[in-house]
Amino acid sequence: MTNNKNPNQDTQDLSRRKFLKSGGLVAGGLLGGSLFGGLLTNQFQKGTKEEATPQASKQVTFDARTFFSRNEDFALLSAATERIYPENKNGMGAIELGVPYFIDRQCASNWGRNANDYMHGPFPSIVKTDVYQEEKRQNNEVITSSSVVKIPAGTANYQTKMTRGTFFLEGINAMEQTAQDKFDDRFVNLEPEQQDEILQMFEKGEVKFSGVDSSDFFKLLRKTTIEGVYADPVYGGNRNMEAWRMKEYPGPIMSFLDKIEEEEFIVMEPSSLRNYQGL
Amino acid sequence: MAKKLEKVDVVVVGSGWAGGIVSAELSKAGYKVVMLERGKDQTRSDFIGVKDELRYTNRHEMIEKLTGDTITSRVSIGDAALPVRLQKDMNTGTDLGGGSMHWAGSVYRWRSYDFEIRSKTIERYGEGKIPEGMQIRDWGITYDELEPYYAKWEQTAGISGEPDPLGDKRSNEYPNPPMLASPAIKLFKESAKEIGLHPYQMASGNMSQTYTNPDGETLNQCMFCSFCTMYGCDFGSKSDPLATVIPTARKTGNCEIRTNSLVRRVIHKDGKATGVLYTDTRTGQEFEQPADVVVLAAFTFSNNRLLMLSDIGEIYNPETRKGTIGRNFTGQFNSTFLGATGFFNDKKFNYYMGAGGLGGAVSDYDADLFDHTDLDFIHGGGIELRQYGDAAIKNNFVPKGTPTWGEEFKEKSLFYAFRTLTVWYSAAVMPWWHNFMDLDPTYKDEFGDPLLRITNKLTEQDKNIAKFGIEKCTEIVEAMGADIIDQDELPDQFDHAYEGMHYIGGVAMGEDPETSAVNNYLQLWEMENLFVVGGSALPHFSSHHPTPTIGALSYRAAEGIEKYLKESGGLLTKPKSSSVKA
Ligand SMILES: Cc1cc2nc3c(=O)[nH]c(=O)nc-3n(C[C@H](O)[C@H](O)[C@H](O)COP(=O)(O)OP(=O)(O)OC[C@H]3O[C@@H](n4cnc5c(N)ncnc54)[C@H](O)[C@@H]3O)c2cc1C
Ligand code: SF4
Repeated sequence: MTNNKNPNQDTQDLSRRKFLKSGGLVAGGLLGGSLFGGLLTNQFQKGTKEEATPQASKQVTFDARTFFSRNEDFALLSAATERIYPENKNGMGAIELGVPYFIDRQCASNWGRNANDYMHGPFPSIVKTDVYQEEKRQNNEVITSSSVVKIPAGTANYQTKMTRGTFFLEGINAMEQTAQDKFDDRFVNLEPEQQDEILQMFEKGEVKFSGVDSSDFFKLLRKTTIEGVYADPVYGGNRNMEAWRMKEYPGPIMSFLDKIEEEEFIVMEPSSLRNYQGL
Repeated sequence: MAKKLEKVDVVVVGSGWAGGIVSAELSKAGYKVVMLERGKDQTRSDFIGVKDELRYTNRHEMIEKLTGDTITSRVSIGDAALPVRLQKDMNTGTDLGGGSMHWAGSVYRWRSYDFEIRSKTIERYGEGKIPEGMQIRDWGITYDELEPYYAKWEQTAGISGEPDPLGDKRSNEYPNPPMLASPAIKLFKESAKEIGLHPYQMASGNMSQTYTNPDGETLNQCMFCSFCTMYGCDFGSKSDPLATVIPTARKTGNCEIRTNSLVRRVIHKDGKATGVLYTDTRTGQEFEQPADVVVLAAFTFSNNRLLMLSDIGEIYNPETRKGTIGRNFTGQFNSTFLGATGFFNDKKFNYYMGAGGLGGAVSDYDADLFDHTDLDFIHGGGIELRQYGDAAIKNNFVPKGTPTWGEEFKEKSLFYAFRTLTVWYSAAVMPWWHNFMDLDPTYKDEFGDPLLRITNKLTEQDKNIAKFGIEKCTEIVEAMGADIIDQDELPDQFDHAYEGMHYIGGVAMGEDPETSAVNNYLQLWEMENLFVVGGSALPHFSSHHPTPTIGALSYRAAEGIEKYLKESGGLLTKPKSSSVKA
């Protein structure tokens, strides 16, 4: 929506003025007005009820995989995220919130490709990251080209050559394999309790694959699921800000100057980055 | 072949608080300054409409990209150091304004005890209190001598605050009143008071009102928008170099700022620096920028590494304990900021609101303000309750024993989302003979130059101080009336996570060239026209955040550089040989 198409110009100008007052910008003697100009106009011309337009449901129609090429992998990923953040009396679970698509897009992003990380070798064989004790450490010896050296205690976190995207693919593969080995069936066909059992095996680091510790994969899966649940809906999860609503989190708001001292908990209808930027 | 440029008076490497202050002061004084910054140019409009937790907090938008360069890290001499590969474990700044753009803005002066830590510890407890191998020493400057520079930085940055009731003498008030106190902060302060402590509203680099600094730069009132730490402020309400010293330097007409300029060597001849060599990161073209004075203000890691790569000074050798470059590395890592978390069943706090420097503080267990006779550590820590404003990904706190995923986790994390308050102890960290920086033998940057290697081990001192702090924080959380209290656990060892840019040393200041690299003007003993400015100069890590001390020392260094240029050279202080080698 562009600004000049806005039918409610007058009311919104009013609300902008009201904000200026209640937000204390006027009282504070704002001097750098031009800095605020664009932003204020944006947030307030859209009005705060913009989210009523079913933006998110529009997005659903176009969701598709851009990273995971195999349907089976994506189905397993979806089932696993749902166990981590299940639908319950509080509200939607990971699948309905769009988390699997969030992860798919993240894997295809710079983050999934480790494009901003140091990925030069040599890569030592991976060691458990939380083995700190001196005694245990003495045993962790690896051979490098010239000499025998000790791997540092609690080694810097990420020491695999795999990108996060590859890590996801390998991890999902290993989960499928574990389901077959343990229950003789595909992960997606298992009972929720059985799926949890496999997730727990991964969490405890009981499964070895691709030279990495399965607990590292579990941490990545869990963290990314939570991110998908609660990140701004622009990334494909937290559909229609439903997770923010469950949490009573309002999203990006320009100012709390007039509310910071308030004793009572304030529940606000959430507002998204799209609303904030007012494009 | 590097293209040789026209000589200037001063070339400054880095555009954070340190480089910004030096550039502003010298260009104001009429000297021709070139400031080189490896990152890209940025302006305030880059920050408008970017309140996006995933992109900034979780994907580290403003953090240096490690594609071509990082550090390696290990615990002990004899270990193989491995590269810190992820941005999440390596929060250094880049782009114009550096890490000083995405800081939180919590502001504390360090204490008179810090600057004379060795003498004062011996005076009160005797020499036996300092364990063998703990390399603390006096800084070669006292608090009283540095005080005017602290005051100057606070004026430039527009700090909002009230005096710490247990603080050292101040020559003036903070330029702005303290930030508003939220109900959570009030609860913290009232409870601390009830148990006999001396709480106050912490000082901040977020503006409590609109403010114009002595250089004529205007900062706006903070909106408590909560997207503060790890973000640039879109309101011009956070004191950062882009809101203060960089425009001040620019408007003199004497300071040229070149971004995308990665400095790779200091060039020197016959014991004097002649300029720097840098690469344009967009074209790969190399340049040589000659100058009368070279200033390294490129943060701890680059400051140390550039000296080592340029073969200036002697790299510290832990076996002989000789050499000064890389010596006295310290930082606040996983043993600091531990405390206690309270879960409140019947109270809810508006904890999605906040600001980087919003909080309550208590200094009763800081520095040497309490008796250490029967304690197994020296120094102390500051206690804080901070209201940053938690966004939804971060805010997933559950009491210990709750599963970290699944239905119970979901239910409890939603229930406790705004019912969780943490009080922590920001502990001091002492330098040890075995903690230092040098060059890595294996890993290289994109140009084939060796990476900086950190060797850092947590000590009993670190664990004891943390244990003490956790107990003190717990007492406050109890007084606050939390229903469930979880204490943080002590780590066994350093975890190689370099968050928050609280790592310092390696080019530390002092009086004795055998144990210090720079004098109290941050002038290198070994090369009089080279000044190394920033956290690299701090000989130990005090209890609180480093930036005000870095700011104060930057003003001190600027004064020294001006003196050096005016008086045409020489060392600005006389080296002293101390009888005690520390
Ligand atoms: C998330 C976060 C929160 C923080 N919060 C606080 C706080 O609340 N209070 C506090 O006191 N401190 C805080 N800090 C620490 C604070 O940011 C630093 O102490 C401060 O920014 C240091 O200033 P500086 O000028 O020395 O370094 P920087 O601001 O990092 O500036 C150094 C500059 O040098 C550039 N550079 C480096 N190498 C080269 C090279 N080879 N060539 C050219 N340029 C180069 C970098 O790109 C950078 O721009 C925080 C840090 C982080 C990361
Ligand atoms: S909390 Fe205040 S200082 Fe921080 S980004 Fe928001 S408005 Fe700026």
